[in-house]
Amino acid sequence: MSQNGQPKLAVANASKFYDTGTGKVHALDDFSMEVQEGELACLLGPSGCGKSTLLWAMAGLHGLSAGEIRLDGRPVTRPNPQIAMVFQEANLLPWRNLIKNIELPFEIRGQRPDQARIDALLAEVGLAGFESKMPRELSGGMQQRASIVRALSVDPSLLLMDEPFGALDAFTRDEMNLLIQQIWMETKKTVVFITHNIAEAVFLADRVFVMSARPGRLARIFEIDLPRPRGLEVLMAPHFIELVGEIKGSIDHKPQVQAA
Amino acid sequence: MASVDRELRDKIPTFEKAGTQAAEVGNWSSAASTLSILKGGRDATLIAITAIIVFGGAELLLRLLEVPTYIAPTPSQVVWALIADFPHIGPHIGYTLIELVTGFAIGASIGFVLAAVITQFPLVEKIVAPYILLLVTTPMLALVPLLILKFGFGFTPRIIAVALASGPMVMINAATGFRRTDLAKIALARSFGASTLQIFLKIRIPMAMPMVIVGLMIGSIFGLLTAVGAEMVGGSFGLGNRLTYYSSLIQMPQFFACILVLAIIGISIYVFFFWVGKKWASWES
Ligand SMILES: Nc1ncnc2c1ncn2[C@@H]1O[C@H](COP(=O)(O)OP(=O)(O)O)[C@@H](O)[C@H]1O
Ligand SMILES: [Mg+2]
Repeated sequence: MSQNGQPKLAVANASKFYDTGTGKVHALDDFSMEVQEGELACLLGPSGCGKSTLLWAMAGLHGLSAGEIRLDGRPVTRPNPQIAMVFQEANLLPWRNLIKNIELPFEIRGQRPDQARIDALLAEVGLAGFESKMPRELSGGMQQRASIVRALSVDPSLLLMDEPFGALDAFTRDEMNLLIQQIWMETKKTVVFITHNIAEAVFLADRVFVMSARPGRLARIFEIDLPRPRGLEVLMAPHFIELVGEIKGSIDHKPQVQAA
Repeated sequence: MASVDRELRDKIPTFEKAGTQAAEVGNWSSAASTLSILKGGRDATLIAITAIIVFGGAELLLRLLEVPTYIAPTPSQVVWALIADFPHIGPHIGYTLIELVTGFAIGASIGFVLAAVITQFPLVEKIVAPYILLLVTTPMLALVPLLILKFGFGFTPRIIAVALASGPMVMINAATGFRRTDLAKIALARSFGASTLQIFLKIRIPMAMPMVIVGLMIGSIFGLLTAVGAEMVGGSFGLGNRLTYYSSLIQMPQFFACILVLAIIGISIYVFFFWVGKKWASWES
């Protein structure tokens, strides 16, 4: 919690409809949540429930039909230098080598790249020495590491991650989750992490915000009190398994027709 | 992700499925693979040997059968004519190249800019597309007599014809490139605060580059064809004019020497754009 007690990020009564050729799609319904400064919050929900819709609104990439999002008390209506986003499947520019990809935000802002910071981050994620490699020469995990470095290089205070490891194999995913935890513990940034993987959410989060199926509503919030740093052995711990079970049980599995 | 992309589409003018599905006259990887056949050390020897057999064989055959020069000169006669008559042929190579380079530069620039702009406005693209298609499919050579009537026998009508032939080719391919922009990449740039212009320069243009280069390659080859054709229609200079000239005098070695030069120009264009593509578009393959 910041000095004046206000949350880092506040979503209030957010609703969103998409206009499509065949009518309105109700993607997000009266969704509210608060994320505290330095918190690692996971948004968990089935695919198509409106997670990306919410995250893109948090990033100021699109507006809401109703409701409001505030960062440090100020409304977010457009991309904000304090917010950086990590996309699904890395989203590196294939015509730029790794370092040029990481320098993109600086280029866009007309700033000189923070070389010391970038080097330190590259070393931390194990990409030192790969600066001149093209994205296609890197594995999926390495690409996603690079995109994390790209997002952190501009030193945002809020990091938004949209199913960043969804396309990775289970082993790489575990590794990446350890890395995220490590970076988060060192930098104490506020992180909103989207996933549809319950175990991933429980492993990473301080709190797990469970969303209902579309239209996305906040179904429940789970406090994850597992001590940190959490190692992979946590995945076998009885309390972990208990939490996963509890969250699984809280998700209603009524049959539903889903787009996307 | 793809679904949210759809939303972004409302905000940023985009072009997917807008206008005609422009004829993708070629694509980079197929063009690249054709030339990469010529690469590779061991194969090179094989190719060289084949070439020697083909040209040596032609030489031998034409001599053995005593085919008259005015029907078909031997390869050595052609090469010799090119060397001996170079003082006469050389300037005409220059004229043709001037027409080609000037006309292509004008046509390609206009085509590129039009493609970049028009793809931003789906409605405009829809309206303009049929005319572009008309320009692409109508041989611009047909306009040359008219252009000559208006502009005389100098460079002007030829340069216009070259521009008209190459511009639409560049445009239609570049438009395909600009149309396929990846919306997740645009969102990425926007999330870092990129302006529309920056998105254009840093995302859309690089993304379109492979198709632009294909367009430039095809456009310049079309430009060469049109330049030579226009020279054959009227005027007294340029390689096309020399072809008519030498054939009217039945000077076949010189005639074929001009064709040899044209072939070299054409292949050079191909190799040049292959190299450009390797440098600027290799990320795609
Ligand atoms: N631009 C759009 N137009 C129409 N429907 C959309 C658009 N973007 C998303 N949707 C729909 O809104 C719902 C929520 O999408 P999304 O936020 O991407 O879900 P999630 O990220 O949880 O998988 C889905 O049913 C999806 O099909
Ligand atoms: Mg999503």
